[in-house]
Amino acid sequence: MHRVLGDRRAVLILLGPALLVYSLIMLVPTLWSLGYSFTKGNTIDGFTGNGLDNFHRLFTDPDVRHALWFTAKYAVTVTVGQVVAGYLLALLYVFFLKKASALIRTLVFFPVVLPTVAVGLLFKNLFQVGPQTGPVNSLLNAVGIESIDFFGSSGHAFWVLIVMDIWRSMGFYAVLLFAGLVDIPDEVLESARLDGASGLRLIRHIVLPMSFPVLMSSLIFSINGTLKAFDSIIALTNGGPGNSTSPLTLYMFQTSFTYSDYGYGSTIALLLTVVCLMVTLVVFRASRRDLTKD
Amino acid sequence: MALDTTHPATATGTSEPPAARAPRRTSRPGGTRLWVKIVIALLLIVEIYPLIWMFLTSLKSNSDYLNHSTWSLPTHWEWGNYADAWTTGNIGLYVKNSVLAVVPALALMLLLGTAAGFALQVMVWKGRNLTLLVFLAGMMVPPQMILLPLFTVYFQTGLSGTLWPLILTYTGTGLPLTVFMMATYYRSVPRELFEAATIDGAGILRAFWTISLPLVRNALLTVGLVQFFFIWNDLLIALTFTNNQDLRTIQVGLLNFTGDFGATQYGPLFAAICINVFGTLVIYLFLNQKVMKGLTSGAVKG
Repeated sequence: MHRVLGDRRAVLILLGPALLVYSLIMLVPTLWSLGYSFTKGNTIDGFTGNGLDNFHRLFTDPDVRHALWFTAKYAVTVTVGQVVAGYLLALLYVFFLKKASALIRTLVFFPVVLPTVAVGLLFKNLFQVGPQTGPVNSLLNAVGIESIDFFGSSGHAFWVLIVMDIWRSMGFYAVLLFAGLVDIPDEVLESARLDGASGLRLIRHIVLPMSFPVLMSSLIFSINGTLKAFDSIIALTNGGPGNSTSPLTLYMFQTSFTYSDYGYGSTIALLLTVVCLMVTLVVFRASRRDLTKD
Repeated sequence: MALDTTHPATATGTSEPPAARAPRRTSRPGGTRLWVKIVIALLLIVEIYPLIWMFLTSLKSNSDYLNHSTWSLPTHWEWGNYADAWTTGNIGLYVKNSVLAVVPALALMLLLGTAAGFALQVMVWKGRNLTLLVFLAGMMVPPQMILLPLFTVYFQTGLSGTLWPLILTYTGTGLPLTVFMMATYYRSVPRELFEAATIDGAGILRAFWTISLPLVRNALLTVGLVQFFFIWNDLLIALTFTNNQDLRTIQVGLLNFTGDFGATQYGPLFAAICINVFGTLVIYLFLNQKVMKGLTSGAVKG
């Protein structure tokens, strides 16, 4: 029987095309890009090798340091915000709305599927000062606070970005974590209640530990996504004012396509890849260790 | 285990806000508590108001927009903004480009990904776990890493002036998740089914096509939806490979909309955003359970 399911020709026919396309589009370019990081130039002017110059530049470039710092700050803030907001929503769904939560879940999830560019443009207008005062500043004016030029300073722009990304994605983490919370057996909750645990104590000692694995999945997913954030930033601030809200992804894009420096662009992309891998591995290992303690 | 407080300590920050509410949870009156109602009301406003505001603004004339309060209704409902956005603003062309890039990419990705998932999960051969791992590794690679070599190749092969770069790149980058999810779905289909089919003389390829595909029809819809939203909403890849104005997809077009149209045309700009948002909304409302399930099951291993 194994002969049928082990038919090599059939495996080749079924798997071959996918493996070919995947290799050509993902694997080969990844290695190729690695090669580019030892060169200078671009497609039109041609490439010349320049040894480790790009790496030397990478470590001394203040813009890289700035972009790396921004990426870290952004990823940590958005990740914490997304997962906390998502967890609170999930708790709301499970413990307060119960069966009636479907409608709210659907509604809060909706921004997740919206095109980021559209959301970015929408938020730009929601928070604007001129030529027309947007709703947010109008609201501030109404309570007697002067309009804030949200996109005039990096501090404000950063927070608008954070608010937008949490708005956009909290429904997703809410549903993800909701699925984890629903899996907690009712008997466990009931017996804990009988033992006198309630409210905060119930959440801290029963609900949190039992939803720990799905919280970890959310963290890994969120960090992985926020480190690669690009669309939302380009649509909302385009890295500005100056380059103050420019993460590694955007810096890489600008280096490559605005300044046509493919070699250095590849080096920045490599840095981004290494950061993504390291962070994921660290979070993953941390979650593994804690799980075995249980 | 319930008393193990050491590891959740890292996450205690998350439990601060419920702390304020905690005392009330002990007394449990009948109906929904007041604060829950307030939270829900706030949630509704935060989720829905921006969309209503956007829609109302899309119907304002420029003078309406600039001279009246941002809260006000349009004094005159300018439905023409939508026509302007669609034709003068080229949204119609951009939607067409998006469809022409997304539909073939989606079809290719699903076909190749399902076949690969079948070969990796149902069939028995050496090295299939390693191959699955190689596919999974692709999920970790940021798209920035593959942009420049692909750009070079597309440029040198003369594909740059077409939508092929988008179709190929979307197919390739979508495969890891598709293969992984389809392999997972095939896990729940008993192998004996295919063995029996081949005993009846079907041949394994035919068993894949006529027996396995109908069985994973639901999964195909779910994965297809998830990937649709990913590639329809993509900006990075589309921005990189569409240097020609006539090839712009909807996201790239929208990003450059103010530039093309003149920065002062707010009505058509908002109409363009609305077309984007409400188009997505329609698909989502019909299929929201599938979308949620697909995105979250894809996410857990993402």
